[in-house]
Amino acid sequence: MIPEFGHFSLILALCLAVFLAVVPQWGAWRRNAAAMELASGLAIGMTVFASISFACLATAFLQDDFSVKVVANNSNSLLPSVYKFSALWGNHEGSLLLWVLILSFWTAAVAFFSPELPLSVRARVLSVMGLIGVGFLSFSLFTSNPFERLLPGTPLDGQDLNPLLQDFGLIIHPPLLYMGYVGFSVAFAFAIAALQGGRLDAAWARWSRPWTNIAWSFLTLGIMLGSWWAYYELGWGGWWFWDPVENASFMPWLAGTALVHSLAVTEKRGLFKSWTVLLAIFAFSLSLLGTFLVRSGVLTSVHAFATDPARGLFVLVFLLIVVGGSLTLYAFRAPTVSSRVTFGWLSRESLLVFNNVVFLVATLTVLFGTLFPLLMDALGQGKYSVGPPYFNAVFVPLMAVLIPFMGIGPISRWKDDNTARWRAELLAPLLAALVCGVTLPLIAGGEYNIPVAVAVLFASWLLLSMLKDLRNRLRNASTLSRGLRRLPPSYWGMFVAHLGFAMAVIGVIVTSQLHVERDLKMSPGDSESLAGYDFRLLEIVPVKGPNYLADEARVEVSRDGQLIATLSPQKRRYMATGSVMTEAAIDPGLFRDLYVAMGEPVGQAGAWAIRLHYKPFIRWIWLGAIFMGLGGMVTVFDKRYRRRRVEKPVTAPEVAHGV
Amino acid sequence: MGSRLKLFLPLALFIVLALFLFRGLSLDPKAMPSALVDHPLPEFTLPGLGEKRQLSRDDVTGQVAFFNVWATWCISCRVEHPYLQQLADWGVAIYGINYKDEDAAALKWLAELGDPYRANIADREGTLGLDLGVYGAPETYLVDRDGIVRYRHVGVVDERVWTTILRPRYLALGGAVAEGGVQAP
Amino acid sequence: MNRSMLTFVLLWLVSPLALAVIETYEFSSSDLEARYQQMSAELRCPKCQNQNIADSNAPIAQDLRKLLHQQLEAGASNDEIKQFMVSRYGEFVLYRPRFSGATAVLWLAPALLFICAALVVFVSLRRRGRSLPDSALSEADKKRLQGLVGNTEKGS
Repeated sequence: MIPEFGHFSLILALCLAVFLAVVPQWGAWRRNAAAMELASGLAIGMTVFASISFACLATAFLQDDFSVKVVANNSNSLLPSVYKFSALWGNHEGSLLLWVLILSFWTAAVAFFSPELPLSVRARVLSVMGLIGVGFLSFSLFTSNPFERLLPGTPLDGQDLNPLLQDFGLIIHPPLLYMGYVGFSVAFAFAIAALQGGRLDAAWARWSRPWTNIAWSFLTLGIMLGSWWAYYELGWGGWWFWDPVENASFMPWLAGTALVHSLAVTEKRGLFKSWTVLLAIFAFSLSLLGTFLVRSGVLTSVHAFATDPARGLFVLVFLLIVVGGSLTLYAFRAPTVSSRVTFGWLSRESLLVFNNVVFLVATLTVLFGTLFPLLMDALGQGKYSVGPPYFNAVFVPLMAVLIPFMGIGPISRWKDDNTARWRAELLAPLLAALVCGVTLPLIAGGEYNIPVAVAVLFASWLLLSMLKDLRNRLRNASTLSRGLRRLPPSYWGMFVAHLGFAMAVIGVIVTSQLHVERDLKMSPGDSESLAGYDFRLLEIVPVKGPNYLADEARVEVSRDGQLIATLSPQKRRYMATGSVMTEAAIDPGLFRDLYVAMGEPVGQAGAWAIRLHYKPFIRWIWLGAIFMGLGGMVTVFDKRYRRRRVEKPVTAPEVAHGV
Repeated sequence: MGSRLKLFLPLALFIVLALFLFRGLSLDPKAMPSALVDHPLPEFTLPGLGEKRQLSRDDVTGQVAFFNVWATWCISCRVEHPYLQQLADWGVAIYGINYKDEDAAALKWLAELGDPYRANIADREGTLGLDLGVYGAPETYLVDRDGIVRYRHVGVVDERVWTTILRPRYLALGGAVAEGGVQAP
Repeated sequence: MNRSMLTFVLLWLVSPLALAVIETYEFSSSDLEARYQQMSAELRCPKCQNQNIADSNAPIAQDLRKLLHQQLEAGASNDEIKQFMVSRYGEFVLYRPRFSGATAVLWLAPALLFICAALVVFVSLRRRGRSLPDSALSEADKKRLQGLVGNTEKGS
């Protein structure tokens, strides 16, 4: 019964979404306040039914209802409960339902948190989000029904969740990622509403900014979690592979970063409105494109869901409607008269323009590289592969070009600035950064590595220039704490986010350049050394888990005779499917990770092939990303986004009487 | 007016992209044509299956023939075997490449299921497979009279594959087949 | 000991030709080992769902790793090894596309895009600046405005 309830709920959600897409939109067109007012209610209604539907599917999973097809295909009675729940989104149909749920949450949030929006704007924004909801709800109901039953012939037990997914990462990575992915629909909806209403002004940018920043933060965190998860789960020590599915999430992030910065200019200076609107459309279009790439089967990926060209066609049509429609609207409604250029070549505006240029080129490069095999195949030019060597070769220089200017940004002035001032402010930080770049890598010892030195130089440059700017801002404060408290959240957000970026740069370059990896044959009692650490294999014992049997190696790690950690990697065999998996053991550290994974048994004497990794500074990548996400969240608390208390207008007599 | 036209550029680019994506839906990203198409069959010196004598390239070229990569550990090979037998009965020349297998098991397999092959090359180490660009079993290569590889089919050869893919190419190269006793035109 | 023996036997039944996934190759020099690690990350497993031969369990990936090891020890250069692989498996097997007529656009795209974008920005900003109509305020008004509003503008 419950699955049918869920199915019915989903249909109701679709009906409400259709109303939401149509009625308030019509109301805005005909200036019918009643129709526009309906938007919030419809949004909440859509959310309620989407939630009920989701809860029903979750119940089916938790109750081991194998008559529901997705439960039978992705779950198992032996599966721990928490994975039974998260198995819901470990497959195409269920993850689509998660998409729908999160979209409705965002829609309800916009309905709830924007009372100060003009009615017609709110109506249009919610309508657009309703339209997107219609698309995804239809996709789910018509091609990927999660409540499809296996009756008769219900299996006795399920086929189990892929062991790689039986992990904490599955519990948090997709929800956070979708929060970001889907969150860009809000910026998109605001852009469409602005084009429709003909009201492209700084107010629009001010409304959009907090929503965009939060979505961007979630996407940052979601991508970071995916990377971290791949690192400890896949057993190979890699953390980014430029896989099409990874790129599908990275492209909206890159466009989103450009958008976040472009919105700043539009809000503060009323410039580039047309460009920012286009960016907002672009960012969400990339989200939708990502959905297409991941679920249609046009690209090969380890992460892709079970693919089906029929489903791909549905998404492509949806893409045509939404993206094609919005770009058509843009072509007709965007202003042809551009705002006057009121800033000089040396100014904060132009630095932000440069940011946009770099991130736009980065987005297009990743897009082109990801689609290149498809393009060549479609043109009959043969089968090509584009992988990490290409992407790393083109992406790293782009970021390298950005960073020098990124350091100038915080200290720059709007409208008109000059090199003399920049030199005065930034010479000291620059010299200090050079010193850091030359000397700090020497502390670690070993060979002097130029890329690492450059990375340290860049990161120091970013940090020190920001500290100089901070010092300037605190100059007139009576006390340090008062000065710090006076700084607005938007400033702190920028500070923390840029700091995170600097950390991530260090993490990426240092770990790529200085990591050490060895595959060796080890028997119990053997000891090997790697990067100054000694790894001693004590023994290999059999171990039983809730739904697997494993061989576990006990490895003692020491340095200079001091025991540092005992690691226990496992080679697991899952009983339901018989699949074999490597579970790596990691000794995490702020400045290095030690990583041990088991291969296969070698020979008859109990020896195993063991992989040892030394990965310096790898945590800085994810810590940096966390800071970036945190920074984005912090900006939302800025005063100017808070709901304005609607004040009673003061009348002349009141003024006269000194009220 | 010119500036309005410029605003249509993103839409135009998107439509081009959408066309490519649409085309992509009917392509198979995993399908890989052989790199050896229009190249000669590689040279090799390997024993015949269960025999002492060595086979080389000249022993197996000279007519239009199929080279079927198979092994006893390959479940799909067992599935396609009966159809290969059928093709052999119709006079189609099929040579076998026993890929990374064991002679005893392979011979037992052929004794039980029948032997459609004119000759079988025992590629125990997979060296010929490597030279051919084999990445799994079963695979079937179509080679012409001059020993040039003309096509590779990855996967099971069944009636649909034969009728739609392999037969036209086989006949076009001049191969002979007598289906059901009737000579093909 | 029994459990791991059983695992061992089962693994052999499942994939009789599967050797250690993490192989322990010996190299005659650390330079060769470094090249091995780099090349095995750049060669694509022909059969897998987008994995390089270093990360893949597939039999073909193992064979290619063994082949890579042999070729490196035999003194082949990186380009020779790549050519060897490409002539058997096609360009598909290279994660770093070789620069050719077909892939030129891929390799040059980022730089070209950057130059294009910079040019577009430069030209459009310049053009906008030039077509500025004169301010509607008269000189005297402008002076008054300055006095009222103040000169500099700063802040975030």
